Amino acid sequence: MSMLQLKYDIPGDDFTRAGEASGDVKQKLKKLGYNPAAIRRVAIAMYEGEINVVIHGGGGEAVVDVDPDKVSILLIDHGPGIADVEKAMQEGWSTAPDNVRSLGFGAGMGLPNMKKYSDEMEIDSVVGKGTKLKLVVYAQSSKA
Amino acid sequence: MTVKTLAEKLGWKLLTESDGADREVHGCYVGDLLSWVMGRAKADDIWLTVMGNINAIAVATLADTAGIVLVESAALDGDALKRADMQGVAIYATEVPAYETAVALTKALEEA
Repeated sequence: MSMLQLKYDIPGDDFTRAGEASGDVKQKLKKLGYNPAAIRRVAIAMYEGEINVVIHGGGGEAVVDVDPDKVSILLIDHGPGIADVEKAMQEGWSTAPDNVRSLGFGAGMGLPNMKKYSDEMEIDSVVGKGTKLKLVVYAQSSKA
Repeated sequence: MTVKTLAEKLGWKLLTESDGADREVHGCYVGDLLSWVMGRAKADDIWLTVMGNINAIAVATLADTAGIVLVESAALDGDALKRADMQGVAIYATEVPAYETAVALTKALEEA
């Protein structure tokens, strides 16, 4: 059992609400007196995950477990899945549609940023079924 | 130097309720691709961009930038303004392009 579990529904195709879940997690971690550098890494990694669920997953959910030493974020969608995870991890590789790009997304930096800002990352994706993404951020980490 | 002081020195126009008087500027980042900004900007950077949509506010909040400067008179969406005021993000506007703005603010930071 984690110290605190937070659950969020992430609506699909609604960019105006993307960031609400990660924003809420950020506020709660601040109130808990979490390490500011870790809070920033959680916020960015989770927002990138949320955006992916909105753009590619058609919506989904987020479950965040907060412990004194780490924050674990699980993002689940039932979208098309990632056909080539290795490619998706490359900076600049993106399948985002044009309307998303015009909003400033689709730079192909989502998964690379999640990797950059998290201490552990696991992708479990099945084409046609969906994607489960787990991110862990340690409260104390050598990552900036 | 705070965002507010920097804005006064460089003649930026305030668009939000927050004026950034409580935020120190430690650097500057220029960019319009949101994930690129989240991956590269540092906390307490002032962010120069033409991206005035609601997602830019989320990026500024989550990446903890000191504030946003919309360069070349780029527009700020109505819902972005509302979100910025909710989150206490300071946004300024200038007609000056990003490069000239970055040069001027670097000079102002060095002189401080």
